[in-house]
Amino acid sequence: MKLRDMTELAVRNLRESILRNSLTTLGVAVGVASLVAMLSLGVGLQQLASSRLTKSGLFDSVFVTPKLNMRGGPPSMASQQGETRLLDEDARVEISKLPNVIEVFPQVRFFSEVRFGGKPFATMVAGMPQSSKVSGAFDGMKGNFFSAESGDEAILQVEFAKELSPDTASLVGKTLSIRYAERQQLEDNSGGFSIVPKEKELHIIGVVETEPAAGFGGYGNGRLLIPLGTALSLRATQVNDLRDAVRGGPSKPTYASLTVRAKSPNNVDAIETAVKKMGFGAFSLLDASKSLRIFFSVFDLLLGIFGSLALAVATLGIVNTLVMAILERRREIGVLKALGAADSDVKRLFFVEAGVMGLMGGFGGVLFGWLIGRALTLATNIYLKRQELPTVEIASVPWWLVLGAISFAVLVSLVAGLYPASRAAKLNPVEALRYE
Amino acid sequence: MYLTLVLRNAITPKRQGPTDIFPSNVVIFEAASNFDMTQTPVPSNPLAIQLDHISRHYTLGTTAIRAVDDVSLTIRTGDFLALLGSSGSGKSTLLNLMAGLDRPTSGAIHADGKNLAELSSLELARYRRSTIGMVFQSFNLLPRMTLAENVELPLRLAEVDHAERDARVAEALQRVKLDKRTGHRPSELSGGEQQRTAIARALVNRPKILFADEPTGNLDSATGESIMNLLIEIKETLGMTIIMVTHERPLAEKYATRLAIMGDGKLLSEGAAR
Repeated sequence: MKLRDMTELAVRNLRESILRNSLTTLGVAVGVASLVAMLSLGVGLQQLASSRLTKSGLFDSVFVTPKLNMRGGPPSMASQQGETRLLDEDARVEISKLPNVIEVFPQVRFFSEVRFGGKPFATMVAGMPQSSKVSGAFDGMKGNFFSAESGDEAILQVEFAKELSPDTASLVGKTLSIRYAERQQLEDNSGGFSIVPKEKELHIIGVVETEPAAGFGGYGNGRLLIPLGTALSLRATQVNDLRDAVRGGPSKPTYASLTVRAKSPNNVDAIETAVKKMGFGAFSLLDASKSLRIFFSVFDLLLGIFGSLALAVATLGIVNTLVMAILERRREIGVLKALGAADSDVKRLFFVEAGVMGLMGGFGGVLFGWLIGRALTLATNIYLKRQELPTVEIASVPWWLVLGAISFAVLVSLVAGLYPASRAAKLNPVEALRYE
Repeated sequence: MYLTLVLRNAITPKRQGPTDIFPSNVVIFEAASNFDMTQTPVPSNPLAIQLDHISRHYTLGTTAIRAVDDVSLTIRTGDFLALLGSSGSGKSTLLNLMAGLDRPTSGAIHADGKNLAELSSLELARYRRSTIGMVFQSFNLLPRMTLAENVELPLRLAEVDHAERDARVAEALQRVKLDKRTGHRPSELSGGEQQRTAIARALVNRPKILFADEPTGNLDSATGESIMNLLIEIKETLGMTIIMVTHERPLAEKYATRLAIMGDGKLLSEGAAR
């Protein structure tokens, strides 16, 4: 029999015992919904964590430092692993031309004394590129992000802001001044420089809860954030300046470190290798990212197993329904065989019936599962809003989960239909026709 | 076009191999295959079915039951054979064997150029689908289907194109004079109408042999007569072979051309009815 006719007959048969078949299909739907809800939760949480971490710039970034031996060993040790190069503007341009590199910017951090309300406060100032606006670290901040790459604006980390005023929100719109040590190149081109104290006024435009410039690579936490362009223009003395002065030679300034942003975490490994080949030290948190992925894979697997339990129970419902259908339709099977249906036709008819129940249950289950995910997200966000925290998407139903869940439901239903279909196909037509 | 086997000489009853059916006494030639339901086709094979020492034994617990015991019978194309006998005489078992619904314990059943005893279950299904039609005592229509859908069922199984199906269903229902009730369900019909529908379903695939198992058993005598008249009309119009099981001797003698009487699984007698 052609598949179209077979499907038509199967659907007609299913409609005949509509209540029983609907309940069986509902069982499959509940099983699939449980699976989809569990996995969507796993996927959602993974996406949430990944997106936060990816946006933070830690997992799609390579931190580049000059390959220098800072631990007092012989200089030859540093150069044994490759050519030692200066981390200057030429190097920055060269690294930025590597494939899959979005941007390369220097890490500018310097010590400063902040004057606010006539009182001094010591802290570390960090320059932030405009791209950090989308990092997620500034989500939910009070006030605004920097209006341009350069500007007399400052964003305060909340812990530092609390030192300035207990009412941190009231700081936005006020002005503070920073005192810092400016490096002024000597005119004799000896590589030496003089350090001149400078002061600059900045407008506080925001207060941020997170730590967008967390300490990394030996550089302290930036608690007062200014635009990177502004930070560079200040020419504030940094840790590498003393090293440059001792090294002597060209007066061209070098960077203490560079941050290379890759298009995706997948590109980090290649960029790290390329940077190392260029003669620089490079470091990334890719390994930590891999561990995270392994954790979530195991997490998803466990959620999937628990979610599948309901589906396993539902398959027993399919077996039961089809076995009952064989008993009820024994005579009909006999008639079909007498009219020329082969054993394989009868087997396929029951298979298609099982498959249709699986397909319908799969579609229904995906819909239920998605609704459960939405409900969980809604409930979570209501709670988060009450805690004055930003909202999140904790459940996600990607297309592969939709297709996978429906295919899995059909597959499981077909497996459940194996025994009834084979039993129906083996019915003796003479005995089946005698059945009352 | 289909290949038809024609006997050259008298048939010698003996066991045949899987492929050497009628090995020495047949010639093969091509005959017209377009089976027109409005005209009487010229029979191309004078033999419809030949039973060769057929037995069907069952074991019920420790008791061996010889439902059919060493029956040999030749049915010619165009015959209307009535299988008579009391209950348990083996007539229905013999009909099931000839219809390819059951397999003999021993012996050979030659039909449509094949030994049914040696066919696979798939080949037997094909034989039931394309060579024979069946009518049952209890009609066996599928209750949830309309008349047209019931009649269409063999065409679905034979994978006949959708376009052709409607015409063939209409033609079959017209032949049994139920073309005005195509959308009705079996429960909305009288017993006679249900049996006429079953006959239309048996005819729709244009079979060569029609098997009828007590076709009037569930009908009153007047309706039974009308069904028998319909079978006769079909036989005469289509040149079909009809094999009918019945326990009503007068009915058999009135309509059948040949009678075969069974008792205790054996063929007691066989000959012309009139």
